[in-house]
Formats: sequence, structure tokens, C-alpha cells
Amino acid sequence: MTDRMILADQQDYSEVWDVDDSFYQNVEEVCKTLYIESLKDLPPDVREALQNAYKREELDSGKRILKTLIENVDKADEHHMLICQDTGIPIYFVKIGSEVRFDGRRLEQAIRRGTERATLEHPLRSSICHTLTRKNTGTSTGYRIPVIHYEFVQGNQVEILNVPKGSGSENMSYLKCLTPAEGSDGIKKFVLECVFESGANPCPPTIVGIGIGGSADLCVALAKKASVREVGSQNPDPHVRALEDELYEAINQLGIGAHGLGGSTTALAVHIEEAHTHMTMNPVAVNMMCWPARRRRATFSPGEAVSITY
Amino acid sequence: MAHYHIQSPLADELIETLRAGDTVSIDGHIFGIRDANLIRLFDQKVELPPDLIAQLKGAIGLHTAPNVKKLENGKYKKICVGTTTSYRMDRFTRGLFKTYGLKAIAGKGGLLEDGCQACVDLKGCYLTVIGGAAALETLQIEDIEEVWWEDLMPEAIWKFRVKNFGPLIVSIDCHGNNLYRNIKAQAKKNMEHVLAELGIKSDQ
Repeated sequence: MTDRMILADQQDYSEVWDVDDSFYQNVEEVCKTLYIESLKDLPPDVREALQNAYKREELDSGKRILKTLIENVDKADEHHMLICQDTGIPIYFVKIGSEVRFDGRRLEQAIRRGTERATLEHPLRSSICHTLTRKNTGTSTGYRIPVIHYEFVQGNQVEILNVPKGSGSENMSYLKCLTPAEGSDGIKKFVLECVFESGANPCPPTIVGIGIGGSADLCVALAKKASVREVGSQNPDPHVRALEDELYEAINQLGIGAHGLGGSTTALAVHIEEAHTHMTMNPVAVNMMCWPARRRRATFSPGEAVSITY
Repeated sequence: MAHYHIQSPLADELIETLRAGDTVSIDGHIFGIRDANLIRLFDQKVELPPDLIAQLKGAIGLHTAPNVKKLENGKYKKICVGTTTSYRMDRFTRGLFKTYGLKAIAGKGGLLEDGCQACVDLKGCYLTVIGGAAALETLQIEDIEEVWWEDLMPEAIWKFRVKNFGPLIVSIDCHGNNLYRNIKAQAKKNMEHVLAELGIKSDQ
């Protein structure tokens, strides 16, 4: 298939949206809201997964810990408080519609300003510092932070997903370039080893995000993309989905449990994102999401109010 | 497994009573400590203010860097106080027990081997706070009474007054028991079983 054919194939007939100045102001305001609200209000799929884990747990101590997690979410709701003190490293996943005309630099500035304003105006703890001097910026932003991932899709909307990623789970991140001969068995073994090594540190029960394939850098990005998926979502590729199911069962047989103190739920979900890879490569990356899998999403459409969801 | 309602500062006799698996609720004071202030104290050898040293005997240290708001009168209002992963600060546990007389570290995720051994050698213990459950924790803190080394914000040293703080799990005791180690040992066995079921050799 030639490039021309691909373009013709994917032609989109939605109306072009040529954004004006108010769009960037809107993004800034909304990103401020997303950051604060993601820290306070847990997505419904995560709440349900915690409830299911509580119902399923047979170990008394594990059940008590899961109950504490649920009570904490209830208290955060009741008092409109932060669920966890770690306001995280701010990460954004941005989907840009093919029919949107905008200034990418201004969009990025608006996301950054929204993050800073949430931090200063709420106020929130800034956790962002220079890597060598360790000097905290005080704004939750810094050089190359927030982290922003872009994806281009069809249509005339812009979607911004905010993920404040706590360091307890982010510090438990792994990449291994296996050989093709190690196959899917090598992938399974590596993932289990990562979950075992991480133990209590990433605040289990976690969502285990796994990247397979690509280059080393893409593989790690895919693991992150997997870790922010909705609990219960499945990879559309049947081979990948089968591996998700198999690893979910296997990880929950390890007995690490809630908070690493034993029990039957070590992972609330296992998500895998795949890319094709080089014929001599077989990379696998693991990126875990802590039990408060915080996220908040906004969708911007021409002529409509912003829709804020999870 | 028993539950104890305890008052800080803690005495050696109490530490000896506590066994891994017990739970405690705490009244009194807890001191917030963290990477940056411990690095300054032990690696950069900057001595603590004398008024703080005087309060640390029998104290409980909490691995935290809170969300706070500074008020006009110079005091700090709590916004969210939660607990961070302890292994990063493990290498300071022995020094805190030995030089400053702390009796307990409250944190999440457990200590490494040296921290566990320090609990045995110097009669200390490790208390698990449920990580991420910071809203509950914050509501159990009555006030932020003092702060030292504010320039390290948010990794300053904090003095929290607490009431019925917990329950925290005694996960590492002064008798050499360690819940995390037990769970890990069992998980290692489970992993061999899981790998065998998947048809994967564990030494592959």
C-alpha cells in the first residue's frame, strides 16, 4: 500500500476546527482542574476493582488492608481531600484530532501553566526537582516536565488525560531486552520476577502495565500507556489478550497481596500494549500503577462545553 | 496478635512487648523525616537543632513529605500527610536509633536487611502505614506543631501531634521477625509453582 492510498483510506469528513485564543485559556483552566480532581476522586473502574478484591480476599489481614483502602477513598470523597500525599510526576496523554488546527507550543504551555496553577493555588506539594542538585522547583513542573505523550487520531477533538504518577510505583519500573529465542515464556518469567522483586513498594494491588516489542524506548512508553488503561479493558489483539489473562492469573497466585503483606490480590489488572519489533529483538517493559490509579480526562470539541470524564 | 494503644515517647519495655503482626494506635507526637533531611544529617553531617535532638529520645519517625499550606502566622496547615516507601531511607535507620534514640520508624514497604538488624540490635521496630491511604492518615493528625529545616520544603522535618493514629501494623519487631520477609519467602515458593504450571523452567 502506498502512502497516498493510506491517506485516502483514512480521510476524515468531520469539520475542521481552527482553534482561537480561548482554546488555550480553556486548556489551562481545565488542566488545573484535572490535576486537582485526579488526586481526589478515584475513577469508578478502580473503585469497583477494589471492592471486588475486597469481596474476593480470604486472608483476614489482606481483607482489613483492602477495607482501609476503600475507607480512605470514602474519606477523601467526604472531605474532598487528596487520596494520597504523592502528587506524583505529572504525565499527560494527549490525543489530537486530524481536523484540529492549533499551535502545539501554545497547547504545551497551557498544559504546563494549568499544572503549575493547580500546585500553587490549591496548594499541592511539588515533587519535581533538578535531578543532580535536587532543588525543588515548587511548581510540579521543570525542564521536560510535565511528561506529555501525543497521539494523532481522526476527528476534530482534542483529548487530554492527566495521570499524576506516584514515585512508589514509578520507581518499580523495568526494561529487559530478551532474545527472540526466549519467546513469550521469557516475557512471562520477566514480568513475574518484576512483580516479585517490587513486593510491597509499588502499593499493591497494582495495575501491571506491560510493553512488548518496539525499540527499547517505545517498549517503556507502551508499558506506561498500558498502566493507565481502564481496569477491565482488554487488548484487541487476541494473542496479547490471552497473555494478559494468563499473567493476571499467574501474578495473583504469587501471594504478595495488598500492600505486600499477603493475600490473593496482587494485581487489580494486567494490561499489555504491543508494537511490532525488530526480528532480532524481544523487548519487554513493566510499569506499575499503584492501587490509587488516579487519572482524569477532558475532551475538547468545537462549539461545545468541555467534557470531563475518567 | 494483639492491638496496643500506645503513647509516645516509647520505652524499651514496650518495644519488647510488640510482636510482628500486632497493631498499634498512637497518641502523642510523630516526627516526619525524609530523603533530603536524612541526607543532610548523615551524609552532609549537618547537626540537628538542639531543641529537636532533645525531643527524639523514644520518638517515632514517619517517612513523609506532606502537602501543606503556610499560614500568615508562620504555622503550617495540613493538606495531605501520607507515607512514602521506606527502602530509600533504610540506611539511616541504624543512625536514628543509635545516635538519636528513636524507637520506631513508621513507613510503607518495609526495611532492608540492615534496618531489620538495627531493630534487633538497638531495640526498635518498624510500623507499617497503609500507603496511599493518606486521607485517613491526615484526619488522624491533629496539628503540625513545629518544623525544622524549612529550606528543604517539602522534605523538612515535621512534628505532628496525633490522636488515635493508626492502626499501624507492627511488621518488623525487635526479635527479628519480619512480615515482609515471610511473605516474600512464600511468594518465591509460589513463583516456582506458577512457573512450573506455565511450563517455564525457573532457571531458564
